[in-house]
Amino acid sequence: MTEKIMFPKPQVLANRPTHYCPGCHHGLAHKLVAQVLEELKLPEKTICVGSIGCSVFIYNYLLLDTIEAPHGRAPAVATGVKRARPDKFVFTYQGDGDLAAIGLAEIMHCANRGERVSVVFVNNTIYGMTGGQMAPTTLVGQKTTTCPGGRCKDREGEPFKMAEIIGSLGGTAYAARTALNDIKNIQKTKKAIKLAFRAQLEDKGFGFVEILSSCPTNWKMTPLQANERIAKEMIPYFPLGEFKNTLGE
Amino acid sequence: MSKKRLFVKGNEAIALGALAAGCKCYFGYPITPQNDIPEFMSRELPKKGGAFVQAESEVAAANMLLGAVSAGIRAMTSSSSPGISLKQEAISYMAGSELPGVIVNMNRGGPGLGDIGPSQGDYFQATKGGGHGDYRLLVLGPGTVQEAYDLTIKAFDLAFKYKNPVMILGDAILGQMKEPITPWEPEVPEKEAKEWCLEGAKGRPPRVIKSLYLEDGALAKHNLKLAQKYAEMKKEILFEEFLTQDASLIVVAYGSIGRIVKSTIRTLRKQGHKVGLFRPITLYPFPSEALQVLAKEGKKFLTIEHNLGQMVEDVQLAVCPYAQTDFHGHLPGNLPTPNDFEEPIIKALEK
Repeated sequence: MTEKIMFPKPQVLANRPTHYCPGCHHGLAHKLVAQVLEELKLPEKTICVGSIGCSVFIYNYLLLDTIEAPHGRAPAVATGVKRARPDKFVFTYQGDGDLAAIGLAEIMHCANRGERVSVVFVNNTIYGMTGGQMAPTTLVGQKTTTCPGGRCKDREGEPFKMAEIIGSLGGTAYAARTALNDIKNIQKTKKAIKLAFRAQLEDKGFGFVEILSSCPTNWKMTPLQANERIAKEMIPYFPLGEFKNTLGE
Repeated sequence: MSKKRLFVKGNEAIALGALAAGCKCYFGYPITPQNDIPEFMSRELPKKGGAFVQAESEVAAANMLLGAVSAGIRAMTSSSSPGISLKQEAISYMAGSELPGVIVNMNRGGPGLGDIGPSQGDYFQATKGGGHGDYRLLVLGPGTVQEAYDLTIKAFDLAFKYKNPVMILGDAILGQMKEPITPWEPEVPEKEAKEWCLEGAKGRPPRVIKSLYLEDGALAKHNLKLAQKYAEMKKEILFEEFLTQDASLIVVAYGSIGRIVKSTIRTLRKQGHKVGLFRPITLYPFPSEALQVLAKEGKKFLTIEHNLGQMVEDVQLAVCPYAQTDFHGHLPGNLPTPNDFEEPIIKALEK
């Protein structure tokens, strides 16, 4: 009997264990990004812009030329890189605290200018690295260490729907929301990442993909419960789908 | 080599100097009194194949600079005091990540919103780091419009030589004042960053530009490396001495105040007063040793600044224990004239 590897490990993905908690979706998101980069033959011309949060060590896992951006500023840093080297492929990888709180101005203006960069946005509704504080995407009623009674709509407002917001801006060529809770959604996520990257490669505009992801540690759940929470609680508030697609497919 | 003379504002001279130095990207945000720089760059930089971006904030502009220079090209941002405070985040990251950004501060009055007139209130911020962490910038303090042009070109060279952010510290006087300059075209090195810049990991291991050092002892090692670099920068020290040799009193002043004091010195010399000017041009590294030489000769010192006393601390450190420095601070809100400094200089001389 011969064995055939259907999903080989991308070369650009480092051969080392990650520091992520069991059941965390960052590792999976990294792998999908790595697969898409290789399928589009991009690693040798890519500059990755890292962010602050659990994915701060992304350069340990994706073997790419990488610059560390200050908290929330990855879209501004990416703008600088791309304007300096328009011939390179530039993407940021950011979490929800980074992108939707401290970095809200940078992401909005980067998208609105139609910068030819792509953004992978991992939304797990919580600040993971700092120990589970309330994020701008924390669901109403969700308990965190800084909203111990649960997020209150009247006090803290409702969670930002970033894919819709970014999709509404003129410079955006592609904006979508996907999830990593099951195989079907993982496949759709990979497709969306590819389209967000192609928006840049085909000079259409800004590319954005929001990925609903789990944080079992800070949600105080098992990985399985965390996956179920994505389906039961997150997707009903954060609908999956494309909010802008000017790529013609 | 262009020998044509131009009659331009200090702000324009800086923009022209940046273009001559091969600046390829400029990122800015409107703030008085430096708006001529982004306006000039938005018009002229694209003609040279460069990119101009009006950022959403000073924070974003400085971070765009961080990104652009990581790709190994020459790039710049400019602002004035409140905006420079906002840029400190990226400046600290550039220092920690060893990136060669050039930042222009056309100093205005503060604290807070202050005013839009000239001031030297940002001396501490510029020369002692400015943002968080243990770092320094190279700081250049031009006193004339020609010097603004020349030092802008130098700023880019130094930034890449030391892989360190460089600040040009002017003020509203220098920015808005028009003077004739003779522009010149330096030789711009090609691929000066090819050993470290980000351009895609093709045929080599990936490069990471970062300021995070979590492993045991790693940050200490990194900071010692930076300290070594700051020590090496001492060979870049620049200053102007004017009639100091036989002077009994040395007035220490920088930037446009140094230039105004020079006029006062000329007047007082005609009256027979033995006074001279010491004008630091590099504010970091500070020309302490040259000042100490003068102090050992038994001269008296007076530091004049357009603030309530900041550089005077560096002067005092340089001249002690051989001398003390007096201080005269011109307050914000108006332009000092050479006459304004006559009385304080004579008073210090006769002390």
